Amino acid sequence: MKQKKISRRQLLGKMAALGLVLSQDPLGKVIQQGVPLPQNTDDPTKKLGVFPGKLGTRSSAEQLEKLPTFTSSRSPLQNFYGTITPSDLHFERHHGGVPVILPEKYELLIHGMVERPMKFTLTDLKRFPSVTRICFLECSGNFRSGKEEMTPQEICGLTSQSEWTGVMLSTLFREVGVKPKASWFLAEGSDAAVMTRSIPLEKGLDDAMIVYAQNGEAVRPEQGYPARLLLPGWEGNTSVKWLRRIEVADAPFMTREETSKYTETVKDGKVRQFSVVMDARSIITFPTYPVTVEKGWIEIRGIAWSGRGKITKVEVSVDAGRSWYPARLQEPVLDKAHTAFRFLWEWNGKETVIMSRAFDETGYRQPFYEELVAARESKGGYHFNPVTAWALKGDGRVFLDNNDFSGISWEK
Amino acid sequence: MSHRTFSLMIAACLFLYNACGERDRKGDLRFSAPTMKEISEDATYSKEDSSRANWPERFGFGKKASTADIIALDIDIGPDGKGLPEGTGRVKNGMLIYRQKCIACHGATGKEGPYDVLVSKGESDKKAIGNYWPYATTLFDYIRRAMPFDAPGSLNDQEVYHLTAYLLYENGIIDSMSVINARNLSKVEMPARSRFVLDDRKGGPEVR
Repeated sequence: MKQKKISRRQLLGKMAALGLVLSQDPLGKVIQQGVPLPQNTDDPTKKLGVFPGKLGTRSSAEQLEKLPTFTSSRSPLQNFYGTITPSDLHFERHHGGVPVILPEKYELLIHGMVERPMKFTLTDLKRFPSVTRICFLECSGNFRSGKEEMTPQEICGLTSQSEWTGVMLSTLFREVGVKPKASWFLAEGSDAAVMTRSIPLEKGLDDAMIVYAQNGEAVRPEQGYPARLLLPGWEGNTSVKWLRRIEVADAPFMTREETSKYTETVKDGKVRQFSVVMDARSIITFPTYPVTVEKGWIEIRGIAWSGRGKITKVEVSVDAGRSWYPARLQEPVLDKAHTAFRFLWEWNGKETVIMSRAFDETGYRQPFYEELVAARESKGGYHFNPVTAWALKGDGRVFLDNNDFSGISWEK
Repeated sequence: MSHRTFSLMIAACLFLYNACGERDRKGDLRFSAPTMKEISEDATYSKEDSSRANWPERFGFGKKASTADIIALDIDIGPDGKGLPEGTGRVKNGMLIYRQKCIACHGATGKEGPYDVLVSKGESDKKAIGNYWPYATTLFDYIRRAMPFDAPGSLNDQEVYHLTAYLLYENGIIDSMSVINARNLSKVEMPARSRFVLDDRKGGPEVR
């Protein structure tokens, strides 16, 4: 016997008869509206659930939000688990807003000191041998402090991590034939800022990519749709989004961003330029402001990363820096990637300060704030990556501790 | 890719490395990027490279870019003035354009904000043109590509020259009668130029 198919409309009709209505909220989420039934209950096993939909949704109980300002928007690091940033929570920093670029109109021009100046459509880029890698992206201006009520998001939410897919820039350079005397290239975006940065050719031949996918789907508009430059481990601004042009040359172009903006004052009145690699850093993301914890076992959690390679060690102190213990690193530890660390600790309920510090494979140790201030004779600016300390009060509340701990011995 | 092509690529890389090394010796723009040896040992690159054994010499994807394609986008100005169009910048004309199109964000004389301070106020540590910008050519490049903020790329070359002249004048770098053009802009001496040094951080135990 031929089974009679029930159409969606018929099904909805039947469900309405049962007192259930599936409807869409203004944001397109399918929600189940409970028409009060005589024996209404909160028991989910006594209520028909929402049927399969076209898009998944985040539980309405999970209030995850970026923290936007006029120029940037920060990732809620304290709400994350593991190391991949959900794409819609990736931090944003742009200089002329997010442009709308139609994929069918997209072209990447490569010219300058090359044998064959070429332009590539998005389809062309996707035809080349592709590569996928995980790495962090961090804005070099990623440091805020100054009050106790600060979350990891506010302190350093301008770092995020994705799995990126695209074509190695070296593959494209091979295709156009970079001339032997070339040593730099200009990367230019097609946003309202027409963002430009000069990049040493060595980085372009090393691990630079042109990426068109992020976490399994097309790159998000805020992250450079339809294609962007990706320079693993380097300050975010150099990974030019909405990339439209690459000009190969034998000297840097001295653009506004690499002269008057993404440079920092250091000792003797000097200004450090082309300081592009992100030094190793870590931050505890639990327990931190605004949570309150209970006495007893606490798994201290956080992330650590380095633009110079792999994280080799993260140390945690639970006694304001008097002693340090190695945290557990989540494998696999990847090159230039957020690495999850964990440290199990039994808290006796007494007021203390907890902190973490990262080490990378160059032998670098994440410095204390005062060490950075002394080394640079500057109290902030780009590439400030100090140890972040959290004051744990006797009642279990946690606050950012703005005191410095550089006087404490770290040789252990 | 044939063995011969691969050898040629290696040779090209070595040449490139040497070329960079030469720049180092001249004390020019030394850059602490990885050496070619380090690059070849990098896991991502090596993996990629080994799979290149059977690559064709060229994939042939994409189209040749015409001169017109390049001219349409090639708007950058080098620190040597390369790329500057014809035109002349006059302080007085620049002041008029500034008052009309820039004042809302940068203040009456470039010192007031609310957004980027353009004119240095002597001891101020703000990153103004007069005390922080190392190259005058960057002014022309940036104003033309991205300003005004609410109407990016709307200024013509002549307007950009005038504004460049006016901002250099307000910062005390040129006098009010100076005329800026494609030949002399790169020769303008910027006070902050000598402050700029290359990044000396390189990992390892030292805090820099």
